[in-house]
Amino acid sequence: MSDFALPSSGPSSSSPARANQQELKRDARRERLLLFSLCSPALLLVLIIMVLPVGWLFWLSFLGEDGNFTLENYQRMVESKSYARIFRNTFEVSLLTTAICILIGYPLAYFLSQLPRRTANLCMITVLLPFWTSLLVRTYAWLVLLQRRGLVNEWGMDIGLWDEPIKLVHNLTGTLIGMVHIMLPFLILPVYGSMRAIDRDYLKAAANLGASPTQAFWRVFFPLSLPGLFAGALIVFVLCLGFFVTPAVLGGGKVIMVSMRIATNIELFFNWGAASALGVVLLVLTLAILGLASRVLRFDQILGRGH
Amino acid sequence: MKWFSRPASETQITNGQRLWLYAVAWLVMIFLLAPTVIVIPMSFSDSQYLEFPPRVWSLRWYEHYFGSPAWMQATATSLKAGFLTMLVATPIGVMAAYGLFVSKMRAASLIFLILVMPIMVPVILVAIGVFYVYVKVSLVNSLLGLVLAHSILAIPLVVVVVSSALKSYDMNQEMAARSLGASRFKAFMVITLPQIRFSVITSALLSFLTSFDEVIVAMFVSGGENSTLTRNMFNALRDQIDPTIASISTIMIIVSTSLLVLAQAFGRSDSES
Repeated sequence: MSDFALPSSGPSSSSPARANQQELKRDARRERLLLFSLCSPALLLVLIIMVLPVGWLFWLSFLGEDGNFTLENYQRMVESKSYARIFRNTFEVSLLTTAICILIGYPLAYFLSQLPRRTANLCMITVLLPFWTSLLVRTYAWLVLLQRRGLVNEWGMDIGLWDEPIKLVHNLTGTLIGMVHIMLPFLILPVYGSMRAIDRDYLKAAANLGASPTQAFWRVFFPLSLPGLFAGALIVFVLCLGFFVTPAVLGGGKVIMVSMRIATNIELFFNWGAASALGVVLLVLTLAILGLASRVLRFDQILGRGH
Repeated sequence: MKWFSRPASETQITNGQRLWLYAVAWLVMIFLLAPTVIVIPMSFSDSQYLEFPPRVWSLRWYEHYFGSPAWMQATATSLKAGFLTMLVATPIGVMAAYGLFVSKMRAASLIFLILVMPIMVPVILVAIGVFYVYVKVSLVNSLLGLVLAHSILAIPLVVVVVSSALKSYDMNQEMAARSLGASRFKAFMVITLPQIRFSVITSALLSFLTSFDEVIVAMFVSGGENSTLTRNMFNALRDQIDPTIASISTIMIIVSTSLLVLAQAFGRSDSES
């Protein structure tokens, strides 16, 4: 803009003007740098407390017990059957959890999105309350409810669903129940957000043009809600991959996730090389999935917490 | 019943045809709410085994909790860590979000990515990485180490929440204040901060909860007299179902519920003003 305002003809007037302009530019740059430096405490903290240690683990994963460079930590992962089983387990649990969350979370989000705002906000408490409650407390609650003489077993026998106590916890079933409960809000919040943003007139138009309610839903509403569903499913899946507490408590040793194996490698065997290599693979998988997704989605959409 | 045949949405589908949807939604809402709600009455049971509804009511497990020096010390550690994390992460995070927003540097999106990294990286990795480094600088089992580690887990939440509030904020107001003679800092404190204060408060509450509820990092880097409540609870859960934990859980549910109510109350006045 200032370029147009500056007279370019007279050499006597242009040089102080240019100097002035440069001074202003420099000043603006200085101010921007100053403002930019406001992020430095946060940046420094994250770099020192997270990036540096994780980078260190990356380095450790290439060291053998004798401290020399080796690929044995990664080789072991490829060759050993137990590692293959852990990765398969992790993916299975994550996929199942995500699928169940979609199956039961999508209808609830849809139901909520159809309610008047005030009522929806009230019902939203059922989603937000568990979201804010400690994960450990919720895991404990399930442990209590699902145990052999727990509430679920007793009620199941009372209404005659089954005759004797069935095993609901310390296995895959218990783990899935607990994980779905913890992950549901992460799915419902973005799905609900994207459903609320859908213009209802589209549905009226579809009905007006002769679409049956089912057709209007599947061909108009559902496709428009997909970005939210995709974001929600993604965040659930990625969080599941790194899950630790719930499978450790409700899995009873039958469900071993990658993160649990990392912990035992450190706590029991002090094997930093093996733990680091597992960690690196887990991290690369997580970041790769997020990276792929960020090409499709806006970043803050993935992180958005349904405000 | 007229209600059944009344249209339920824009597409003329009736309530009767959507009964299944209502049923599923209610079941899922019960599923979400029930476990935490049921633990509360159970904690008032007199029995060694958790019963619902309790046959004999008592405060036995609360007495056990409040009478145990170990649980009390762990609670104090968790509260201290939570408050300190809030005090560290909130200002640092707000500064970063503001700096990124106003400087409009090209590197801003990269910095944003680095700052939110801690919630994308699996926590176990952060935990063992931090543990490895803390052993070298002897910060293991220290409150300082715990607070620093929890702060980086809280910073992403602060940055995300405050950034999204800044996006809908009109920076020209700050320009106006500065053209009237206010310094940049004063303009921020007097004009901008009051308008984004609800998201700042929300992110402060989230920071507290992040630290207070955190298990995995605490498991590795806290211990001795600085073990956190969650660390002790987790260890107790691995062994047996101790009813004391039901009473602690009830207290934690009350804490997080009141924080949620606080946040909602602030959020409401935000949208109304």
